[in-house]
Formats: sequence, C-alpha cells, structure tokens
Amino acid sequence: MSLNRRHFIGASAAVSASLAAPRVLGQGRPRVVVIGGGSGGATAARYIAKDSDGAIDVTLIEPQRTYYTCYFSNLYIGGFQDYDDLGHSYARLASDYGINVVHDTATGVDRDAKTVTTASGETFPYDKLVLSPGIDFVDGAVPGWSLAAQDAMPHAYKGGTQAALLKAQIEAMPEGGLYAMVAPPNPYRCPPGPYERVSMVAHLLTQVNPTAKILIVDPKENFSKQALFEEGWQKHYSGMISRIGPDFGGDIVEVNPAEMTVSIDGVVETVDACNVIPAQKAGRIAEIAGVTDGRWAPVEPTAMRSTMDENVHVLGDASQQGDMPKSGFSANSQAKVAAMAIRGELTGSRVFPARYSNTCWSLIATDDGVKVGANYEPTDEKIASTGSFISQTGEDAALRRQTYEESLGWYAGITADMFG
Amino acid sequence: MSPAVRPAAVAAALGALLLGSGGAHAADPVGDVDRGEEIWQECSACHQIGAEATDWVGPHLNGLFGRRAAAHDGFAYSDGLTRMGADGLVWTFETLDAYIESPLAFASDTRMAYPGLEDAQERADLLAFLRTYSASPQDIPEAPRTANPTDHGLDPAILALQGDPEYGEYLSSECTTCHQADGSAQGIPSITQWPEDAFVIAMHAYKRKLRPHPVMQMIAGRLNDEEIAALAAYFATLE
Repeated sequence: MSLNRRHFIGASAAVSASLAAPRVLGQGRPRVVVIGGGSGGATAARYIAKDSDGAIDVTLIEPQRTYYTCYFSNLYIGGFQDYDDLGHSYARLASDYGINVVHDTATGVDRDAKTVTTASGETFPYDKLVLSPGIDFVDGAVPGWSLAAQDAMPHAYKGGTQAALLKAQIEAMPEGGLYAMVAPPNPYRCPPGPYERVSMVAHLLTQVNPTAKILIVDPKENFSKQALFEEGWQKHYSGMISRIGPDFGGDIVEVNPAEMTVSIDGVVETVDACNVIPAQKAGRIAEIAGVTDGRWAPVEPTAMRSTMDENVHVLGDASQQGDMPKSGFSANSQAKVAAMAIRGELTGSRVFPARYSNTCWSLIATDDGVKVGANYEPTDEKIASTGSFISQTGEDAALRRQTYEESLGWYAGITADMFG
Repeated sequence: MSPAVRPAAVAAALGALLLGSGGAHAADPVGDVDRGEEIWQECSACHQIGAEATDWVGPHLNGLFGRRAAAHDGFAYSDGLTRMGADGLVWTFETLDAYIESPLAFASDTRMAYPGLEDAQERADLLAFLRTYSASPQDIPEAPRTANPTDHGLDPAILALQGDPEYGEYLSSECTTCHQADGSAQGIPSITQWPEDAFVIAMHAYKRKLRPHPVMQMIAGRLNDEEIAALAAYFATLE
C-alpha cells in the first residue's frame, strides 16, 4: 500500500466526500476492496473510483502486474494477434483514477470483521467487497489431469503464458500429427471459446502442418454457435476436424500426460499436442470467503450481491446469476451495475434500474467472424434474457469481415473501459 | 495496447501517399461524377453537401478541395486530424484518395467510422463528385442539397424530448464496452459529439429495425424514448 497516495487522495477528496453525504459515517471515506483485476474487477474498481470522484477509497488486489486477456488468446494462437497486444497495465487505474492497486494474492476474507488478508500478510478493511476472481478448475474433473500436468497438456484457458505454451506445442507437432482438445462440460467460461480455439488451431495448422488432424473430445451434446462453426470448419478446414460427443464416449475421457495419450471410452489415442479444458468452478477466494454454494457463488439479480452477504458482490465467471454466459463482456456489464449500486449505498448517488448485456464474437478463419448476443434484466429469481440474436449461416463474406473488424473494435473498447 | 492499427500500417499508407503522387494514375482524377453521386449516398448518412449543407455527424463538405485538414470552424475534429491539419495536411485529390481508401490507416483516431473504399475507380468517381462542390467555393450548385438526412418519419415530439444527461451517463456504460468514450473509432463507430437529433434518429432507426445491425437493434430495442434522449444528451457533449 502507498500511504502517501492514500493521504494525498484523502485530502483532495474531502470536499466532494462531505457534499455527497456518505451513509457510512464516522470512519472517513468508505472503503471498497476489489479482488481480481479482470473484466469484472478492473471495470468495477474504475467505475467506482471514476464516478465517486474520490469519495470512495478503492483498493484493487490482483497478483499479476500485467493482465493478459483470455479473450483474443485464440486469435494469438491463430496468428491474428501479437502476444504482447493482449497484455494490459494497471498503471492508469492508479495514476488517473487514484485506485490503490495492490499486486498481491488475496488469501483470506473475514466477513464478520470485514477484512481481506493477502499472501504477504497485509490486511485491508472494507465496507463493500467485490469478488471477481474468475475461474479455477475442478480437481479430478478429467482423470489423469491436474494442474501439475498443465505444462504437458495446457489448459490455456486463463490468459497469459499457457496460450504461448500451447501454440508452441502445436507448431512443434510432427507432420500429420494429432491435436486433441478435451472440451469442458457446462457451465464454463466463454461458451464458444473452445470451438473458436479449434478454428484458430486449424488455421495455424493449415499453414504449418496441413495434413495434421484435430480431435475434439466433448462431454456436451451441443455447443455454442455450433451450426456456424460446423459450417465454417467444412468450408475452411474440410477433413481436418472431428468431434466425439457423449453418444460416442466423449464424456468418458481420461488422459495420461506422461505418455501423451487420451483414452476415450477405453480407446487409447496417442496425441502430439493436447489441450485439456477441465470442468470449472468459481475462483478459490470465493470459496474461502464462504459465498459459494457448490461450484459457484449465487448472487441476487438486481446488483450482483451475494445471497449470503449483502456487503459482498460477486462478478463475472465466479457468479451464479441466471442466464448470462460466463464471458468478459458479461463481467464488464455486471461490474457497472454493481458499481452503481455500491456507490448508491456508500455515497447516496442515484441508482438506476439494472440492465445487462452480452455479445461474444468468434473468429472462424481469416475475415470470417460471427457473433451471438443478448440483453438481460433482473427478475425475481434470476438475471433473465429479454432478447437475443446470432449470426446466420450462409452470410456473405463482406458481413463476416465486418463482424471480425467489429470484434477488434470491441476489444479496443472493453480494454479501454477496464483500464482507462 | 489496442490491436487496431499498427504504426507500420500508418507508415505504409503515408509512404504510399507520398510515393503515389508521382504515379500517373493516382494523380489523374478521371472519375465519373454520376457514379460518384451514387457512392455519395453512403457518405450522406453523416455528411451534407450543397447549397444548404451544414455540419451534421461529420462536417459539411462544400469547398473541401484545397482546404487544410480539420480547418473548418465549428466542427470538433479528432486530435489526430487536427494535428495533421496543423502540420500542413491539405485536402487534395491525392490526400483525400489515401484517406478514403483507409481512414484508420491514415488517421488512427479519426472519428469517421467508415471502413474505407478499396476500389480506386470508385474513389476517383466519388472525388469527382465531391469536387463539383469545391471547384470554386462560391459556385455551389443551387440544386437542393443532396445529403438531405432522413428522420425516418420520427415523431417531432420524440426529437423535442430533453434528455437527462446524468441518466445518460449511467446508460452510456452499456455503450462504452464497444464504443470508446474518447471518441476514437477502431472497427466500431465513434458516437461522441453527434448532434442530438442525429443520435436520436439513428437510435430510433435501429429500434424500429430500419437500420440493420443485430447488436444495435437489440440494444436500441429496449431503450425507451427518454432513455434515447438521455444518451443523446450525454454523448453530445462528451469530449
């Protein structure tokens, strides 16, 4: 923590804080601690700090100094993005918005004392806590695979170096070799993500190893944008990709990272590169905080408040909110609703009705982009979809190219919205 | 960090521009004015030209040829074009040709949300049309303006609504996931500093599915008249 910055901001914010008549009185500026600096956490921290004009003391706890987006990591694998372009600094959140950015790992939450402790032993008190920890993998979800095996069989599903490792392994495959993906069961982060990845792996292989094959082992009967992907695979990568669904044992899978084999319903295949995306659960700090029920953290739909603690909001992939897919766009959308509600409670600012939205773009091949999206609103039980759209099969090339270019615009937009 | 335009692309575009002026074809505007007028229909969504043309989403384009870039008073140009104008960029056949071919490669923060016109002949046609309004600024044809913007028959009461900018600021957070708050456009159009009427007309056109774009139809579809007015009021002044 930087005491100097805290004092400086505290002094400059005193006037606006008193004008805003904070409801939390007698303890200086109200404090918000945000755990996790991704699409949910960075957005929430930035909007709370920006819109409260310094009236709220915001601390963002995130272990990584540079955030690498998980979205667009597939485009990096396909050769459409540079790795470095996926990295984003937290510098402006500190310098331009006065957020106390702490590069440390949150290891404990005491909801009675309203404090967060970190790996380095620091304690951060809060009035409101925002948990946006993303995902962790369910232990034993794919027999034979564990985090210890992630170098041999990368998941590449959290952004960062895993994507680089997977790409290197694909490029090193022998001529005509086999890439296998073990796809995850629902619900998981980025529903079209595994299938966009297959498209990008196919694009890469078409260039460096055109006789190679791709095998998807999938526990799900159907998947997101299935008709669009299957049409694209037929058009661009005919004969390269096959998928084994649950009707042929895609749900009975076991891997051996030492031998580089995948067993599908007892039939053993030797693979040259293997991407295991296991079943997922809320990032571990949500479980430590005691706000999970099963794998995810249930929240009420009007402001992403934990159903177990009114002073805790859970955003993004870790939350269980209803109909919204687990995506960076969703987390960003949810963060703005939660930020407004938190500001309203802490400073008395206006609170407007919640509205959420999501759009997910996927790239199938060069200039062949597709998208799916929906609007959402809170009902009594959950966040419910109120309207949706999806790209159509057979769209012309100009539209697909425009959709891809739009996705580049979205990436620039959302990262500016998160990091300032 | 943004993936849109790399310095190399800009350098390549500018290089092509500088080198291209020596080529016989690039400097020879043999465009067809009538075909240029057809292409102009796409431009007229944002620009006006002719006797009564005024600034709209984009600046009016009377007297464009020979004008210094971003030099037309009263229009809020992007920082990039303003800087290029200050550095001496003058709109000529060659410079306009390079800009229209790929606006983002030419001026990376331009607010002109137009992907570019690839076909060199189409660009020549369009520029031939534009030049008829420029040859001599006082010699503007007395015909009705060709860029008559449509309001799609929108109820004047809707256009008259005064938006609540504070509500608009909250609602805008749904827009800024894609449309950048600083007005830069990279594959997704800029929506800052539009005339409020233009913003309201565009959003109602999406809401009524007169304009085609599934995301915008969905987003506009659940905004009511007051909410659209609030967004228009907020974005109109966002710098």
